Amino acid sequence: MTIVELADAVVVSRGFPLLAGVDLSVEAGTLSVIVGANGAGKTSLLRLLAGLEQLAGGRAVVAGVDLARGDRRQLRRRVGWLGHDGSFYDDLSVEENLRFAARALERPTSSVAPALARVGLDARSTTLARRLSAGQRRRLALAWLLVRRAELWLLDEPYASLDDDGRTLLDDLLVDVVASGATVVASAHDPLRTRQASRTLTMAGGRIVGAT
Amino acid sequence: MIATARLVAAKDLRIEWRSRVLLWQVVPFGVMALVLSGLALGPTRAGHSSAGPGLFYLVVVLVTLLAVNRSQAIERAAGTRASVATLGLDPAGVFLGKTLALAIELWIIGAVLLAGAVLFLHTALAGSLRAVPSLIATLAALAGAGTLYGALSGESGSATLLPVLALPAFAPLLIAGERAFSAALAGGATGEWWVITLVALVAYLAIGVLLYGVLEET
Repeated sequence: MTIVELADAVVVSRGFPLLAGVDLSVEAGTLSVIVGANGAGKTSLLRLLAGLEQLAGGRAVVAGVDLARGDRRQLRRRVGWLGHDGSFYDDLSVEENLRFAARALERPTSSVAPALARVGLDARSTTLARRLSAGQRRRLALAWLLVRRAELWLLDEPYASLDDDGRTLLDDLLVDVVASGATVVASAHDPLRTRQASRTLTMAGGRIVGAT
Repeated sequence: MIATARLVAAKDLRIEWRSRVLLWQVVPFGVMALVLSGLALGPTRAGHSSAGPGLFYLVVVLVTLLAVNRSQAIERAAGTRASVATLGLDPAGVFLGKTLALAIELWIIGAVLLAGAVLFLHTALAGSLRAVPSLIATLAALAGAGTLYGALSGESGSATLLPVLALPAFAPLLIAGERAFSAALAGGATGEWWVITLVALVAYLAIGVLLYGVLEET
Protein backbone atom coordinates (compact mmCIF):
# COMPACT_ATOMS: atom_id res chain seq x y z
CA MET A 1 0.00 0.00 0.00
CA THR A 2 1.29 3.45 -0.91
CA ILE A 3 1.19 5.94 1.95
CA VAL A 4 2.91 8.85 0.22
CA GLU A 5 2.31 9.80 -3.40
CA LEU A 6 3.77 13.07 -4.70
CA ALA A 7 3.70 14.17 -8.33
CA ASP A 8 5.49 17.38 -9.34
CA ALA A 9 4.85 18.74 -5.83
CA VAL A 10 5.76 22.39 -5.37
CA VAL A 11 6.08 24.37 -2.13
CA VAL A 12 6.72 28.10 -2.22
CA SER A 13 7.64 30.41 0.65
CA ARG A 14 7.62 34.19 0.07
CA GLY A 15 8.08 33.66 -3.64
CA PHE A 16 10.99 31.26 -3.22
CA PRO A 17 10.46 27.63 -4.29
CA LEU A 18 11.38 25.32 -1.41
CA LEU A 19 10.29 22.29 -3.40
CA ALA A 20 10.50 22.62 -7.16
CA GLY A 21 8.60 19.60 -8.44
CA VAL A 22 9.08 16.51 -6.28
CA ASP A 23 8.00 13.07 -7.47
CA LEU A 24 7.92 10.51 -4.69
CA SER A 25 6.15 7.30 -3.83
CA VAL A 26 6.58 5.63 -0.43
CA GLU A 27 5.19 2.23 0.47
CA ALA A 28 3.74 1.68 3.93
CA GLY A 29 5.94 -0.17 6.41
CA THR A 30 9.22 1.03 4.93
CA LEU A 31 12.06 3.28 6.07
CA SER A 32 13.16 5.91 3.58
CA VAL A 33 16.12 8.18 4.22
CA ILE A 34 16.57 11.51 2.47
CA VAL A 35 20.08 12.83 2.07
CA GLY A 36 21.30 16.07 0.56
CA ALA A 37 23.21 19.25 1.23
CA ASN A 38 21.90 22.04 3.42
CA GLY A 39 19.09 23.84 1.62
CA ALA A 40 18.40 20.89 -0.67
CA GLY A 41 14.76 20.79 0.48
CA LYS A 42 14.82 17.87 2.94
CA THR A 43 13.07 19.72 5.75
CA SER A 44 10.54 21.29 3.37
CA LEU A 45 9.67 17.88 1.97
CA LEU A 46 9.15 16.43 5.45
CA ARG A 47 7.08 19.46 6.48
CA LEU A 48 4.90 19.03 3.39
CA LEU A 49 4.34 15.38 4.27
CA ALA A 50 3.41 16.44 7.82
CA GLY A 51 0.81 18.90 6.55
CA LEU A 52 2.85 21.83 7.83
CA GLU A 53 3.44 23.40 4.42
CA GLN A 54 0.90 24.45 1.84
CA LEU A 55 1.07 22.64 -1.47
CA ALA A 56 1.48 25.32 -4.17
CA GLY A 57 1.42 23.05 -7.19
CA GLY A 58 1.35 19.45 -8.34
CA ARG A 59 -0.32 16.60 -6.50
CA ALA A 60 0.28 15.22 -3.01
CA VAL A 61 -1.64 12.47 -1.26
CA VAL A 62 -0.35 11.49 2.20
CA ALA A 63 -2.02 8.81 4.34
CA GLY A 64 -5.07 9.09 2.13
CA VAL A 65 -5.36 12.88 2.51
CA ASP A 66 -5.18 14.92 -0.68
CA LEU A 67 -3.14 17.96 0.39
CA ALA A 68 -4.53 20.07 -2.44
CA ARG A 69 -8.11 19.65 -1.22
CA GLY A 70 -8.23 17.83 2.11
CA ASP A 71 -8.03 19.11 5.66
CA ARG A 72 -4.34 19.25 6.60
CA ARG A 73 -5.31 19.03 10.29
CA GLN A 74 -6.77 15.61 9.61
CA LEU A 75 -3.38 14.52 8.26
CA ARG A 76 -1.39 16.08 11.11
CA ARG A 77 -3.10 13.91 13.70
CA ARG A 78 -1.83 10.84 11.84
CA VAL A 79 1.84 11.75 11.53
CA GLY A 80 4.62 11.94 14.05
CA TRP A 81 6.87 14.95 13.50
CA LEU A 82 10.38 15.34 14.87
CA GLY A 83 11.87 18.70 13.91
CA HIS A 84 15.29 20.26 14.38
CA ASP A 85 14.38 21.84 17.72
CA GLY A 86 12.57 20.76 20.83
CA SER A 87 9.00 19.69 20.42
CA PHE A 88 7.53 20.59 23.76
CA TYR A 89 6.85 23.16 26.47
CA ASP A 90 9.97 24.12 28.42
CA ASP A 91 8.12 24.92 31.65
CA LEU A 92 6.34 21.57 31.80
CA SER A 93 8.07 18.48 33.15
CA VAL A 94 9.03 15.58 30.91
CA GLU A 95 6.00 13.60 32.05
CA GLU A 96 3.60 16.56 31.82
CA ASN A 97 4.64 17.18 28.22
CA LEU A 98 3.88 13.60 27.28
CA ARG A 99 0.59 13.60 29.18
CA PHE A 100 -0.43 16.74 27.31
CA ALA A 101 0.35 15.09 23.97
CA ALA A 102 -1.47 11.89 24.99
CA ARG A 103 -4.59 13.77 26.07
CA ALA A 104 -4.55 15.96 22.95
CA LEU A 105 -4.46 12.84 20.78
CA GLU A 106 -6.97 10.99 22.98
CA ARG A 107 -4.37 8.33 23.71
CA PRO A 108 -4.25 6.62 27.13
CA THR A 109 -1.92 8.41 29.53
CA SER A 110 -0.79 4.95 30.63
CA SER A 111 1.37 4.97 27.48
CA VAL A 112 3.58 7.71 28.97
CA ALA A 113 5.60 5.62 31.44
CA PRO A 114 6.56 2.88 28.91
CA ALA A 115 7.58 5.56 26.39
CA LEU A 116 9.85 7.23 28.95
CA ALA A 117 11.37 3.90 29.90
CA ARG A 118 12.00 3.05 26.24
CA VAL A 119 14.03 6.23 25.66
CA GLY A 120 15.81 6.06 29.02
CA LEU A 121 14.17 9.10 30.56
CA ASP A 122 12.13 7.38 33.25
CA ALA A 123 14.42 8.76 35.96
CA ARG A 124 13.86 12.29 34.60
CA SER A 125 10.08 12.25 34.45
CA THR A 126 9.67 15.17 36.88
CA THR A 127 12.48 17.28 35.37
CA LEU A 128 11.41 20.43 33.55
CA ALA A 129 12.04 20.18 29.82
CA ARG A 130 14.18 23.34 29.92
CA ARG A 131 16.64 21.59 32.26
CA LEU A 132 17.33 18.70 29.88
CA SER A 133 20.50 18.48 27.84
CA ALA A 134 20.26 18.59 24.05
CA GLY A 135 20.49 14.81 23.84
CA GLN A 136 17.86 14.33 26.54
CA ARG A 137 15.56 16.75 24.73
CA ARG A 138 15.97 14.62 21.64
CA ARG A 139 15.04 11.54 23.66
CA LEU A 140 11.97 13.36 24.99
CA ALA A 141 10.99 14.14 21.40
CA LEU A 142 11.28 10.44 20.59
CA ALA A 143 9.11 9.57 23.60
CA TRP A 144 6.56 12.10 22.32
CA LEU A 145 6.52 10.12 19.04
CA LEU A 146 6.10 6.83 20.87
CA VAL A 147 3.08 8.17 22.75
CA ARG A 148 1.59 9.33 19.46
CA ARG A 149 1.74 5.89 17.81
CA ALA A 150 1.63 7.58 14.42
CA GLU A 151 1.32 5.61 11.21
CA LEU A 152 3.81 7.89 9.44
CA TRP A 153 6.97 9.06 11.24
CA LEU A 154 8.68 12.11 9.76
CA LEU A 155 12.08 12.69 11.30
CA ASP A 156 14.25 15.68 10.45
CA GLU A 157 17.88 14.92 11.31
CA PRO A 158 16.84 12.53 14.11
CA TYR A 159 20.42 11.65 15.06
CA ALA A 160 21.35 15.25 15.84
CA SER A 161 22.53 15.75 19.45
CA LEU A 162 22.32 12.05 20.29
CA ASP A 163 25.33 10.24 21.77
CA ASP A 164 26.30 6.73 20.68
CA ASP A 165 23.81 5.13 23.08
CA GLY A 166 21.11 7.44 21.82
CA ARG A 167 21.89 6.64 18.20
CA THR A 168 21.73 2.92 18.89
CA LEU A 169 18.47 3.45 20.75
CA LEU A 170 17.05 5.29 17.75
CA ASP A 171 18.24 2.60 15.33
CA ASP A 172 16.51 -0.09 17.40
CA LEU A 173 13.42 2.06 17.74
CA LEU A 174 13.14 2.58 13.99
CA VAL A 175 13.48 -1.15 13.35
CA ASP A 176 10.63 -1.79 15.80
CA VAL A 177 8.49 0.99 14.35
CA VAL A 178 8.82 -0.34 10.82
CA ALA A 179 8.23 -3.91 12.03
CA SER A 180 4.98 -2.74 13.62
CA GLY A 181 3.75 -1.58 10.20
CA ALA A 182 4.41 2.14 10.51
CA THR A 183 6.30 4.08 7.86
CA VAL A 184 9.38 6.21 8.50
CA VAL A 185 10.75 8.99 6.32
CA ALA A 186 13.88 10.58 7.78
CA SER A 187 16.49 13.05 6.67
CA ALA A 188 20.07 12.29 7.65
CA HIS A 189 23.60 13.46 6.99
CA ASP A 190 25.38 10.38 8.32
CA PRO A 191 25.57 7.76 5.51
CA LEU A 192 26.37 5.00 8.02
CA ARG A 193 22.94 5.42 9.48
CA THR A 194 21.22 4.92 6.15
CA ARG A 195 22.15 1.24 5.94
CA GLN A 196 18.97 0.08 7.61
CA ALA A 197 16.87 2.10 5.18
CA SER A 198 14.66 0.45 2.58
CA ARG A 199 15.94 3.08 0.22
CA THR A 200 17.88 6.31 0.14
CA LEU A 201 16.68 9.38 -1.71
CA THR A 202 19.04 12.19 -2.69
CA MET A 203 17.74 15.75 -2.87
CA ALA A 204 19.24 18.84 -4.52
CA GLY A 205 17.68 22.15 -5.48
CA GLY A 206 14.24 21.24 -4.14
CA ARG A 207 14.00 18.05 -6.19
CA ILE A 208 14.74 14.37 -5.72
CA VAL A 209 17.68 13.71 -7.99
CA GLY A 210 18.52 10.13 -7.10
CA ALA A 211 17.21 7.01 -5.40
CA THR A 212 18.94 3.77 -4.43
CA MET B 1 -13.90 21.76 21.66
CA ILE B 2 -14.58 22.01 25.39
CA ALA B 3 -12.15 19.18 26.18
CA THR B 4 -9.44 20.92 24.13
CA ALA B 5 -10.20 24.24 25.85
CA ARG B 6 -9.80 22.65 29.28
CA LEU B 7 -6.59 20.91 28.24
CA VAL B 8 -5.03 24.09 26.83
CA ALA B 9 -6.18 26.29 29.74
CA ALA B 10 -4.77 23.84 32.29
CA LYS B 11 -1.49 23.70 30.36
CA ASP B 12 -1.15 27.49 30.14
CA LEU B 13 -1.97 27.98 33.83
CA ARG B 14 0.47 25.26 34.86
CA ILE B 15 3.21 26.87 32.77
CA GLU B 16 2.50 30.24 34.37
CA TRP B 17 2.50 28.68 37.83
CA ARG B 18 5.94 27.23 37.08
CA SER B 19 7.54 30.19 35.33
CA ARG B 20 5.99 32.98 37.47
CA VAL B 21 6.57 35.41 34.59
CA LEU B 22 3.34 37.29 35.26
CA LEU B 23 3.92 37.34 39.02
CA TRP B 24 7.50 38.59 38.96
CA GLN B 25 7.48 40.71 35.82
CA VAL B 26 3.99 41.81 34.80
CA VAL B 27 2.44 42.49 38.23
CA PRO B 28 5.39 44.62 39.39
CA PHE B 29 5.19 46.57 36.13
CA GLY B 30 1.49 47.24 36.71
CA VAL B 31 2.02 48.32 40.32
CA MET B 32 4.89 50.60 39.31
CA ALA B 33 2.74 52.12 36.58
CA LEU B 34 0.02 52.85 39.17
CA VAL B 35 2.57 54.39 41.55
CA LEU B 36 3.92 56.59 38.77
CA SER B 37 0.38 57.56 37.77
CA GLY B 38 -0.32 58.60 41.35
CA LEU B 39 2.91 60.61 41.49
CA ALA B 40 2.12 62.28 38.16
CA LEU B 41 -1.25 63.41 39.47
CA GLY B 42 0.35 65.02 42.49
CA PRO B 43 -0.75 65.03 46.11
CA THR B 44 -4.29 66.44 45.67
CA ARG B 45 -6.85 63.71 46.30
CA ALA B 46 -9.58 65.51 44.38
CA GLY B 47 -7.71 65.15 41.12
CA HIS B 48 -7.06 61.48 41.81
CA SER B 49 -10.71 60.58 42.26
CA SER B 50 -11.73 61.82 38.82
CA ALA B 51 -8.67 60.55 36.94
CA GLY B 52 -8.28 57.31 38.90
CA PRO B 53 -10.56 55.04 36.83
CA GLY B 54 -9.03 56.16 33.54
CA LEU B 55 -5.47 55.71 34.74
CA PHE B 56 -6.38 52.37 36.29
CA TYR B 57 -7.77 51.05 33.02
CA LEU B 58 -4.84 52.45 31.05
CA VAL B 59 -2.54 50.40 33.27
CA VAL B 60 -4.85 47.39 32.87
CA VAL B 61 -4.58 47.66 29.08
CA LEU B 62 -0.77 47.88 29.17
CA VAL B 63 -0.60 44.90 31.51
CA THR B 64 -2.96 42.99 29.23
CA LEU B 65 -0.60 43.55 26.29
CA LEU B 66 2.27 42.02 28.27
CA ALA B 67 0.12 39.10 29.39
CA VAL B 68 -1.09 38.43 25.84
CA ASN B 69 2.47 38.50 24.57
CA ARG B 70 3.46 36.00 27.24
CA SER B 71 0.50 33.76 26.39
CA GLN B 72 1.47 33.68 22.73
CA ALA B 73 5.19 33.27 23.46
CA ILE B 74 4.47 29.93 25.13
CA GLU B 75 3.52 28.52 21.74
CA ARG B 76 6.34 30.19 19.80
CA ALA B 77 9.32 28.37 21.30
CA ALA B 78 11.52 26.81 18.65
CA GLY B 79 9.93 23.63 17.33
CA THR B 80 6.94 23.77 19.66
CA ARG B 81 4.61 25.35 17.12
CA ALA B 82 5.17 22.62 14.51
CA SER B 83 4.97 19.78 17.02
CA VAL B 84 1.80 21.09 18.63
CA ALA B 85 0.31 21.71 15.18
CA THR B 86 0.72 18.00 14.45
CA LEU B 87 -1.43 17.21 17.50
CA GLY B 88 -4.32 18.46 15.38
CA LEU B 89 -6.02 20.29 18.26
CA ASP B 90 -9.36 21.91 17.52
CA PRO B 91 -8.44 25.59 16.94
CA ALA B 92 -11.70 26.81 18.48
CA GLY B 93 -10.85 24.86 21.62
CA VAL B 94 -7.31 26.24 21.62
CA PHE B 95 -8.69 29.78 21.36
CA LEU B 96 -11.17 29.26 24.19
CA GLY B 97 -8.55 27.56 26.36
CA LYS B 98 -5.98 30.29 25.89
CA THR B 99 -8.65 32.95 26.46
CA LEU B 100 -9.81 31.26 29.67
CA ALA B 101 -6.27 30.93 31.03
CA LEU B 102 -5.50 34.55 30.13
CA ALA B 103 -8.75 35.74 31.72
CA ILE B 104 -7.96 33.92 34.97
CA GLU B 105 -4.47 35.45 35.00
CA LEU B 106 -5.88 38.91 34.29
CA TRP B 107 -8.49 38.53 37.06
CA ILE B 108 -5.74 37.82 39.57
CA ILE B 109 -3.60 40.70 38.29
CA GLY B 110 -6.70 42.92 38.20
CA ALA B 111 -7.36 42.25 41.89
CA VAL B 112 -3.81 43.36 42.75
CA LEU B 113 -4.11 46.45 40.55
CA LEU B 114 -7.49 47.37 42.04
CA ALA B 115 -5.91 47.31 45.50
CA GLY B 116 -3.11 49.42 44.02
CA ALA B 117 -5.66 51.91 42.70
CA VAL B 118 -7.10 52.32 46.19
CA LEU B 119 -3.61 52.83 47.63
CA PHE B 120 -1.92 54.94 44.99
CA LEU B 121 -4.78 56.62 43.10
CA HIS B 122 -6.95 57.00 46.21
CA THR B 123 -10.10 55.56 44.65
CA ALA B 124 -12.73 54.94 47.34
CA LEU B 125 -12.65 51.39 48.66
CA ALA B 126 -16.44 50.87 48.61
CA GLY B 127 -16.77 52.25 45.07
CA SER B 128 -13.80 50.19 43.89
CA LEU B 129 -15.43 47.04 45.22
CA ARG B 130 -18.67 47.93 43.42
CA ALA B 131 -16.62 48.08 40.20
CA VAL B 132 -15.40 44.49 40.58
CA PRO B 133 -18.16 42.82 38.48
CA SER B 134 -17.58 45.20 35.58
CA LEU B 135 -13.82 44.70 35.94
CA ILE B 136 -14.27 40.92 35.70
CA ALA B 137 -16.31 41.27 32.50
CA THR B 138 -13.92 43.81 30.98
CA LEU B 139 -10.87 41.66 31.69
CA ALA B 140 -12.59 38.62 30.14
CA ALA B 141 -13.34 40.67 27.01
CA LEU B 142 -9.74 41.91 26.93
CA ALA B 143 -8.57 38.30 27.19
CA GLY B 144 -10.73 37.30 24.22
CA ALA B 145 -9.61 40.24 22.10
CA GLY B 146 -6.00 39.81 23.19
CA THR B 147 -5.89 36.13 22.29
CA LEU B 148 -7.40 36.87 18.89
CA TYR B 149 -5.01 39.73 18.09
CA GLY B 150 -2.09 37.84 19.60
CA ALA B 151 -2.60 35.12 17.00
CA LEU B 152 -3.07 37.75 14.30
CA SER B 153 0.25 39.39 15.16
CA GLY B 154 1.97 36.17 14.10
CA GLU B 155 5.31 34.63 14.92
CA SER B 156 7.61 37.51 14.06
CA GLY B 157 7.62 40.95 15.59
CA SER B 158 4.67 40.26 17.85
CA ALA B 159 6.04 42.34 20.73
CA THR B 160 5.92 45.43 18.55
CA LEU B 161 3.08 44.53 16.21
CA LEU B 162 0.65 43.40 18.90
CA PRO B 163 0.05 46.85 20.46
CA VAL B 164 -0.56 48.40 17.04
CA LEU B 165 -3.17 45.78 16.22
CA ALA B 166 -4.75 45.35 19.63
CA LEU B 167 -4.97 48.85 21.09
CA PRO B 168 -7.73 50.02 18.70
CA ALA B 169 -9.72 46.92 19.67
CA PHE B 170 -9.03 47.50 23.36
CA ALA B 171 -10.13 51.16 23.24
CA PRO B 172 -13.91 50.56 23.49
CA LEU B 173 -13.33 48.16 26.38
CA LEU B 174 -11.10 50.69 28.11
CA ILE B 175 -13.79 53.37 27.74
CA ALA B 176 -16.62 51.11 28.92
CA GLY B 177 -14.57 49.86 31.86
CA GLU B 178 -13.56 53.38 32.87
CA ARG B 179 -17.17 54.62 32.71
CA ALA B 180 -18.40 51.67 34.75
CA PHE B 181 -15.66 52.25 37.34
CA SER B 182 -16.46 55.99 37.50
CA ALA B 183 -20.17 55.23 37.88
CA ALA B 184 -19.42 52.73 40.64
CA LEU B 185 -17.29 55.30 42.47
CA ALA B 186 -20.11 57.85 42.14
CA GLY B 187 -22.66 55.31 43.38
CA GLY B 188 -24.53 55.34 40.06
CA ALA B 189 -25.78 52.56 37.77
CA THR B 190 -23.20 50.70 35.69
CA GLY B 191 -25.65 48.63 33.63
CA GLU B 192 -25.30 50.38 30.26
CA TRP B 193 -21.51 49.96 30.30
CA TRP B 194 -21.91 46.34 31.25
CA VAL B 195 -23.94 45.73 28.11
CA ILE B 196 -21.18 47.13 25.89
CA THR B 197 -18.57 44.97 27.60
CA LEU B 198 -20.67 41.81 27.42
CA VAL B 199 -21.53 42.38 23.75
CA ALA B 200 -17.81 42.85 23.02
CA LEU B 201 -16.98 39.68 24.98
CA VAL B 202 -19.52 37.59 23.07
CA ALA B 203 -18.40 39.10 19.75
CA TYR B 204 -14.72 38.38 20.36
CA LEU B 205 -15.45 34.84 21.53
CA ALA B 206 -17.57 34.18 18.43
CA ILE B 207 -14.97 35.65 16.07
CA GLY B 208 -12.19 33.74 17.80
CA VAL B 209 -14.02 30.42 17.63
CA LEU B 210 -14.65 30.95 13.93
CA LEU B 211 -11.31 32.44 12.83
CA TYR B 212 -8.60 31.23 15.19
CA GLY B 213 -7.81 28.26 12.97
CA VAL B 214 -7.34 30.52 9.95
CA LEU B 215 -5.06 32.85 11.95
CA GLU B 216 -2.95 29.92 13.16
CA GLU B 217 -2.41 28.76 9.60
CA THR B 218 -1.25 32.14 8.28
